[in-house]
Amino acid sequence: MKLPIRVILTATVAGVALAGCNRVVKPPAAEAAPQQAASQAQDNGGKYTVDSLDSDSCLRQRVVYFDFDKSEIKPEFQAQIACHAAYLRQFPGARVTLEGNADERGTREYNLGLGERRGNAVDSAVAAAGASPSQLNVVSYGEERPVCKEHNEGCWQKNRRVEIVYTAKQ
Amino acid sequence: MTQRIFARFLATLVLMLAAAAAFAQGLSGDVPTIDIKNGTATATPIAVIPFAFEGAGLPPDTDVTAVIGNDLNRCGQFRTLPKTDIVEYPTRGSEIKFPTWNLLKQAYILVGRQIENPGGDIRVEFELYDVAKQQQLLALAITGQRTGLRDVAHQIADLAYEKITGVRGAFWTRIAYITSTGTGNNIQYALMVADSDGFNPQTVVRSREPLLSPAWSPDGAKLAYVSFERGNSSIYIQEIATGAREVVSARKGINGAPAFSPDGRKLALTLSFAGHPNIYSMELAGHQITQLTRGFAIDTEPKWMPDGQTIVFTSDRSGKPQLYQISASGGAATRITFQGDYNANASIAWDGKHIAMVQGSGNVYRIAVLDKTTGDSKPISVGNLDDHPSYAPNASMLLYTATEGPRDVLYAVSANGRVRQRLVLADGDVREPAWSPYRQRGQ
Repeated sequence: MKLPIRVILTATVAGVALAGCNRVVKPPAAEAAPQQAASQAQDNGGKYTVDSLDSDSCLRQRVVYFDFDKSEIKPEFQAQIACHAAYLRQFPGARVTLEGNADERGTREYNLGLGERRGNAVDSAVAAAGASPSQLNVVSYGEERPVCKEHNEGCWQKNRRVEIVYTAKQ
Repeated sequence: MTQRIFARFLATLVLMLAAAAAFAQGLSGDVPTIDIKNGTATATPIAVIPFAFEGAGLPPDTDVTAVIGNDLNRCGQFRTLPKTDIVEYPTRGSEIKFPTWNLLKQAYILVGRQIENPGGDIRVEFELYDVAKQQQLLALAITGQRTGLRDVAHQIADLAYEKITGVRGAFWTRIAYITSTGTGNNIQYALMVADSDGFNPQTVVRSREPLLSPAWSPDGAKLAYVSFERGNSSIYIQEIATGAREVVSARKGINGAPAFSPDGRKLALTLSFAGHPNIYSMELAGHQITQLTRGFAIDTEPKWMPDGQTIVFTSDRSGKPQLYQISASGGAATRITFQGDYNANASIAWDGKHIAMVQGSGNVYRIAVLDKTTGDSKPISVGNLDDHPSYAPNASMLLYTATEGPRDVLYAVSANGRVRQRLVLADGDVREPAWSPYRQRGQ
């Protein structure tokens, strides 16, 4: 029996159309990502949510200040160290860069070293308080990132600091 | 006859006093503002007579005579006769009337002429004379394109300088420096290279992240520098002419303070990836590193002694930063600074006998020069926040960064500290100067 050409052509066109439909159906990668993140993010349980970074009064403090030529953590910053450590312990996927800084006095390369010493001090303190070392990264900016430029102690003390910067919240 | 000479002498004296007053107000004209801060009473007087242009076309845009005069003045060892005092205009030795210049108390006179060649380039002929002895010291010619006459002028100043002082001139050299403009999150950094008088600035690299510590290769073709563009300090080496560059160290922690060895084969640098900032030496051929210093201190700012066998560096191993030296192959370090609370950031003179450094006492940081033979140091800048000294290759002058109000600016100071000049090179901050080696032709 001979099939009419019209039927054959229709079947062919339908087949091509269906094949085309298959290619269109693949979902874009962006839509899939949030679902993947939700399934990977770990929460070890604790008092924080991810939003706490913006709402909790301790977690909102992101700067540790230092005395001249020193890298010891002063007692008034222990609570801040502790709450960030607690957050990091609760969310093992969270990542923090500790940016170490120095005031303008002295040479720029030596001040890279001073900034790093301070970053390392905060790193050690946060790790000792329970964060995993793999969550912490120290970068020193020395005197390259001043928040003020006056040549007096009022400004210098604002520059002797470590900034806690979250690069991943969970 | 005697009366006429006496009258002329009086008139000249009056002119000289007026000129001295005018001179003290500083230079003007086509140079980036160079303010001479101190007097030059002990400098050698030299008359640089305008080099006449002999050609059919327009005279060149470059004022060769002014470039030479500014060079000689800014090194602090010479004082050129002000234009207003020049009463005769010889262009060749045979035209010089020595009594005139003797009366004006000039020790030397430099004359010349610019001759336009058929091809359009300019042949600059010049002669240098000892006025008292009426003796010719130099008679030479240098040819250059109209666009290259500043280089020719610097070369002439170098030849005159060397003939008179016995030391090779360093006017035909370049400087590298860092600029930063803007504030807060909108700072733009640039690494620049210019002639050592601040002219012809060119951008080597621009970044939105900090740049530090430019260091010249001994052949003057490359610069090593620290950049934060990768999110942490890393060390690049870039070829100035082509812009081609490579990262030579981007380890965890600090990658800082690069310094080429005198033979150009190695780079000393500061790395803290092993726990604390220490001095390393890197073979540039294969990038293998050797650790030179160890321990828990901050060791940084390595600088090579001219024989390439010893490295001077900054360390706070005894509490505050001081200068130490160590063999270039590693070993025990010995301290070399014992005056001042804080000594850092060495720049070593070409003969290895003097080291310029940042010296701090309380909150005042100045540039001081250490006499390596005696161990004594002497401040040569005023402070309060001076940094980053860099010797010219003949050690006749130093560049350094000073802070004026909110801005960083560059100063050039003569090696004896007597003459200090501010270089205004750009808007915003200018800092971290590095004086190039002697230039080679074709650079």
